[in-house]
Amino acid sequence: MGKISLEVNGRKVEKEAPDNTLLSTFLREHLQLTGTHIGCDTSQCGACVVHVDGNSLKSCTALAADVNGSKVTTIEGLETNGKMHPMQEAFKKLHGLQCGFCTPGMVMSAVDLLQKNKKPSDTEIRDWLEGNICRCTGYQNIVAAVKEAATKM
Amino acid sequence: MKDFNYHSAKDSKEASKLASSSSAFLAGGMTTIPSMKLGLATYKDLIDIKNIKKLSGIKVSGKSVTIGAATKHVEVANSKDVKKAIPSLSSLAEGIGDPQVRNRGTIGGSIANNDPSADYPSACIALNATIHTNERKIEASKFFKGMFETALKKGELIEAVEFQIPEKSSYQKHPNPASRYAVVGVYVAKHKSDVNVAVTGAKSCVYNDKEMAKALSGNFSSSSIDGMDLDSSDMNSDIHASAEYRASLVVTQAKKAVDAC
Repeated sequence: MGKISLEVNGRKVEKEAPDNTLLSTFLREHLQLTGTHIGCDTSQCGACVVHVDGNSLKSCTALAADVNGSKVTTIEGLETNGKMHPMQEAFKKLHGLQCGFCTPGMVMSAVDLLQKNKKPSDTEIRDWLEGNICRCTGYQNIVAAVKEAATKM
Repeated sequence: MKDFNYHSAKDSKEASKLASSSSAFLAGGMTTIPSMKLGLATYKDLIDIKNIKKLSGIKVSGKSVTIGAATKHVEVANSKDVKKAIPSLSSLAEGIGDPQVRNRGTIGGSIANNDPSADYPSACIALNATIHTNERKIEASKFFKGMFETALKKGELIEAVEFQIPEKSSYQKHPNPASRYAVVGVYVAKHKSDVNVAVTGAKSCVYNDKEMAKALSGNFSSSSIDGMDLDSSDMNSDIHASAEYRASLVVTQAKKAVDAC
């Protein structure tokens, strides 16, 4: 048991949690931020991607203790005053989702990509989304959405 | 995942003091955490070494590139110094897993784990690396002992990996399309006095293919290993590739590497 102090979506949180608590569990069960999804739970599918200190990571494969003191952004933290983030808008506009299960992770990964590469090519987008799996096979529109968002960000 | 005690060590001394027969060092956790979640590994204590400043960073001297054990793959991939000194090493780092894995995974973790399909062990063999631990220096050729087995003793902590800068080198892997682990990866490096052909993914542990290295020492051209018939009797055979296919891939990837040098 240890104290976990994080800044999540701009809000300071401090909670006791067992040492074996995964970051994904901490977000979903201790903070009720269920926008971060658990898909495979084996660090393959990327549904659980969040940002820690500005970089994307798979929250099912990090301990909460192990990111103690960090700034975390989840899908819930992307909107500003009720207005969707340009990446979310683009996914909506271009049908970059079907069932939506992979979407939080896709969006968080894609936002990280555009932070590092403002005008990625199709190949660069596909390479970057290597660790995000969509089983509705909607990659075509996902790539289109990331390109669209790149023009708005 | 079974319960354990998490410790964050301030320095190598504290880390090795905390180590016991039922502990593990935690760096990026890209293998340790999934293994623990699957119940393949259980530890009483996890000793986080990420916050030990001395273990992160890249130093380039005239003859070598030294990378701290807790340096992340993304840092090696993006380092201008590494790109200049050993471009094949930064492109190897860029091809590990996916961006999220590269944002967390570390070089020390990769070689301590010694997965038979991991990328970094081949770089260590090809680039005549020296593994610096808190106790001694170990030559790469004596470090990788077998499947998931290394020369590390309990509580011994890798602090840095020192790579010799080659005249030219290239790493070519045939990745598993799902995991990006190497079905077969070949790292060819031409040094002043020798050539190494380090192979990962093909056998239970990374190795230097002496037969190809000898042929390339005589004539550093892909034609000198073209059509080489390697013994596949101790190569891995699984749903991804048969031993015979792997043997053929080793030659193909080695030729690609030589051509790319």
